[in-house]
This record gives sequence, C-alpha cells and structure tokens, in this order.
Amino acid sequence: MRFIILAILTGALFLLNLFVGSVDIPAGEVADILFNGADPDGPLRFIVINSRLPQAITAVLAGAALTVSGLMLQTAFRNPLAGPSILGITSGSSLGVAFVILFLGGSVSAAGYSWGGYMAILIGSFVGSVAIMGLLLLFSMWLKNDLMLLIAGIMVGYLTSSVITLLNYLSTAEGVHGYAMWGMGNFNGVALGQIPIFAIAISAGLILSILMVKPLNIILLGENYALNLGIRMQWVRNMLLVTTGILTSVVTAFCGPISFIGLAVPHIVRMIFRVSDHRVIIPGCILTGGLVGLVCNLLCVLPENIVLPLNGVTPLIGVPVILYVIFKERFRKR
Amino acid sequence: MIDKPMPQEQIRVVDLTTGYRNSKGDKEVTTKLTASLYAGELTCLLGPNGAGKSTLLRTLAGFQKPLSGSIEITGKNIMDFRGKELSRTIGVVLTEKPLLENMDVETLVGLGRAPYTDFWGRFSKEDREAVDKSLAMIGIESLRHRMVQSLSDGERQKVMIAKAFAQETPVIFLDEPTAFLDYPSKVEILLLLYNLAHSMEKTIFLSTHDLDMALQLTDRVWLMDKKLGVRTGTHRELTESGDLERYFQRPGIRFDKETGLFKIDRDCRQGDFGLSPSAQS
Repeated sequence: MRFIILAILTGALFLLNLFVGSVDIPAGEVADILFNGADPDGPLRFIVINSRLPQAITAVLAGAALTVSGLMLQTAFRNPLAGPSILGITSGSSLGVAFVILFLGGSVSAAGYSWGGYMAILIGSFVGSVAIMGLLLLFSMWLKNDLMLLIAGIMVGYLTSSVITLLNYLSTAEGVHGYAMWGMGNFNGVALGQIPIFAIAISAGLILSILMVKPLNIILLGENYALNLGIRMQWVRNMLLVTTGILTSVVTAFCGPISFIGLAVPHIVRMIFRVSDHRVIIPGCILTGGLVGLVCNLLCVLPENIVLPLNGVTPLIGVPVILYVIFKERFRKR
Repeated sequence: MIDKPMPQEQIRVVDLTTGYRNSKGDKEVTTKLTASLYAGELTCLLGPNGAGKSTLLRTLAGFQKPLSGSIEITGKNIMDFRGKELSRTIGVVLTEKPLLENMDVETLVGLGRAPYTDFWGRFSKEDREAVDKSLAMIGIESLRHRMVQSLSDGERQKVMIAKAFAQETPVIFLDEPTAFLDYPSKVEILLLLYNLAHSMEKTIFLSTHDLDMALQLTDRVWLMDKKLGVRTGTHRELTESGDLERYFQRPGIRFDKETGLFKIDRDCRQGDFGLSPSAQS
C-alpha cells in the first residue's frame, strides 16, 4: 500500500517536473509536445524533451542511487549517521573528478565531454570513491566506536578537499570555474543522449544492492553474529565497496557532489515503513530517493529564470530529518 | 550418581594454543589446552578479566584460527567445516549490542534461521516452526511483536538466546550472558540455560563472572587464569582438588570447603574500628 502511494507520488512529481521549469510554458503546450508530438523543431519542444525530460530522469535515478548508497553505508558501518557525503566518499569521487577536470582540462561536467573525456571522469570518480570507502572499511576494523569512525570519515573528507583546493590553485581560471559550478551539484548534467548509459550504470548498482538483501539484514546484528550465521564478511565487504562505489561515483561524476540525500532519505524511509528488513527498505529507498530527487529538482527550478544549485536545496530537506533522528535517539536514552 | 551414563563428548580440544598472530610473532593467550565439552551439559568458563576467556570462545566458535592444536566437533576438525556447516553446528550469543532500529523480536529470532533460508532469506514452514518453538522454549512468546529497542537488558538477552536456539545447533557458546543483568535476571538466564542443556541435549558453554551462581548451576567448570593455566572438572572435583580455592582465593575472599562456594571474609572489613570512635557505642 505504502509502495503504491509512493509510486503514484513519484509519477506525479515526475510529470510536474516536465510541466514546471524556469522557463514558463503553458501546461497545454507541454502536454501537446509530450503526447501529440507537437512543435517538432521548436524551442519549446527542445526545452521539454532535451532539458526537462533528461533532468527529471536524472533526478529520479540519482536520488535513488544516493539513498540506497546511504542506506548500505548505514547498515555496513552500523551507524545511523553514515552517508556517502559525510564519510568523505563523495569527496573521494570529487578528488578523482578534480584530477581529470583540472588536469585534463576542457569543459565543466561529464556532459560536455567527448566519450573518452567522460569515461575518464567516470573512472576518476569511481577510483576516488572506492579508495575512500576502502580506507574507511580498514579504519572500521580498529575504530569500534561509531563516532570515531564518523570523525575519521569527516577528516578524510577535509583532506581530499585540501588536495582539491591545491589542485584548484594550480589550475587555470576556466578549470576552477568549471569545477566550482560542478561542485554545487545539479541534475542537468546528463544530456538526453547520455541518459541510457547513466541509467544502465545506476541500475546495475541498484540491482547489486537488491541482490545483497539477505547479508545486509544479517550484518545488522554485527560482524561476529554475521560470521556465525555463515556470512562471508570479506565477500560482503567487497560487494558493498563495489556497489556503493558505483552508485556514488556515477552520480557524483555527472551531477557533482550532492549532500544530504544519501544521509537523510534512508531515515525518511524507515519512518514510513517502520521495519528494518532490507527486502522492504531497499525498494522503499529507490522510490523515496527518486521522489526526493524530483522534489529537490523542482525546488531548484521554481524561481523564475534562474536555476538554483542543488546543494543549496538538499540541506533544507536533509538537516531537519537528521536533527529529528539525533533528538529521537537522545530522548530514548533519556 | 554412579548409574548415570557417561555423557557424550561433543567437542574435544587437544593441545590448543589460542592467541594472535602478527608480524612480530605469535602472542599466545592460552597454551596447550586439552579438555572436552559434553552434550546435555552446561559448562561454565570462569576466570578473572584478561585470562583469555573471550579469545578462547572466539577460537572455539571459529572466529579466529588456533595458533596450534586442534578443535574437534564430534570427531571432525573445526578447520574442515565449511561456512554453512559450522553455522548449523555452533550458535553464539555475544556481548556486542546489535544496531536494531525498527526490528521486532520475531524478526530478530528469525535471523537465526539464516543458515537454512534461501538466497532472499525467505522462510519455509520449518523456519517458521523453528522460530515459534524457540520463542516458546525461552518463554518469550509475549514479546514476539515488541520492538527490540524497547526491551530491558534481561529481555534482550533472552531474545538473543532464542536466536541461537532458532539456529538449531547442537552447540551454543555464550560470552558473559549474565553481565549487566540484575540479580533475578541473572539467575533466570542461568537456570534457563541449564534446563535447556539438559532437556534438549545441547552442549552449552558460557563465560561468566558470576562465580557463586555459576558454581551452583553448572555441570562442569573450566577455570582459567593467566599464571595457573586452565583446569577443568565438576564443581566437586575442583573443590576436592583445591583448584577452586587456589584460583579465586584473595585477601577478602574466603573459600568455604563445606559448600564449595566463596564468602566475603568479614575480618577484612575496616568499618568496625578506627573511623569514628564517637559512633561506637
């Protein structure tokens, strides 16, 4: 039931994202363009089909990917405040991307690149995120204290940021501007022609996460209980590394480092479903993540004639949720 | 007593040395231990902090490799068990506190069925029956739909024990299952484990610091100490050999040979003299 409501809401918001944008187009004309193929070569059709449509698809997929990635991190590190951005995994991605953008030069995001160029960005992003994630898994073997691990992650994030700052300093003005724009986050970085590859990569990550529901449920009990129940922890860790690596790095390469969605939305999903079973929570995260992605995108394009940066909007949703989670925890312990 | 049949040996440990292997060489914790655990018996592992109880339990449960020696479970070396097979042989209750937001008791106990469920973790009829049986045996059917985070420490410990029983293993290891519980809950848990070992023919082995309680409720004792090593036997055997006394007697603790239990040595109290003369009347 809750799934159906979420699916309907997501569908409705998807349409709303096609009808509403920074350029004012009457709803009737949008419907005409979408359903009757009106205005074949006109500028309005271009806006709806080549700008709004890929942007809405990107918002759904990126939101879902970041949310699932955040959920898996929270389960893996057994920490409700884990997430791809707070643990420095998105910063790792950013560092990889910074290397490519600032040193290989060229335009801003993956969208503007040739095939080779944006493969380079994707690979840089993936290597960066997996390296940081691997480092954190290594840390987590020694740091049994949840808070310490979070702080270690934040420190790693600062370290990568400092390297990025140095890279910026050494780069050209153009490169710096391009990197800064990318760093604010956006859902319009994926062109219509790139949507298939983006969708395939994200879907691959999401499918991998679905295949892991049983081990994810069991590692909620902790590593030793999981070992005792026959879970091969090394294999699970490697799978988590690859899956969250794919999800986080593909989104980051195309959309920039997006904060808060991965951290906060899994908590919204838990509030909706009130279970811990990943067989429910992962599909819930995919739907709700997509929904939140669409809401954020809508908020970005609502002001007339300008598009707000994504990272100016995501904290508006994320921060209240996280504060709620922290205070709830606090009151339970009295 | 004499007519009681010899219990069946479930686990045999031969020349076992536990510890940690690192680049600087081996750090041995327990050396050359030879002992057995028997089916249908509750065995308690007693010893001060730092004696190596947890390391021994971790090694017996297969979490870490022995430095040398062997652990045989019904004649088969633990190193020859494959993952699933071992998880159907040994169940554990550990000290680590799981992160269990939004999980109800039934679901948690059901995770004990993981070695039997399919790729997605779906329950068969047998799995459901095993969970029901386990909840009934431990006496926590009324908690079935409670959220785990709302349970008291004693209730949660029972739920973890139910998880281990749902796993349907002949052997169960528990690391300090009575720690952090109030007195009645400690007794309740130990009695429960004793009864289950006897009625279900399980091999139950637990570590604890609740010396007196354990001595009164256990079939067999493993004493452990860094200097003195490991001694095993029944309560009576260890009392008669003087081992119990040797392992735990300290200034302030007196061993009572009649009962085989420990008493606080009243002569060591200082409150009766010197503190405030005016209060003495």
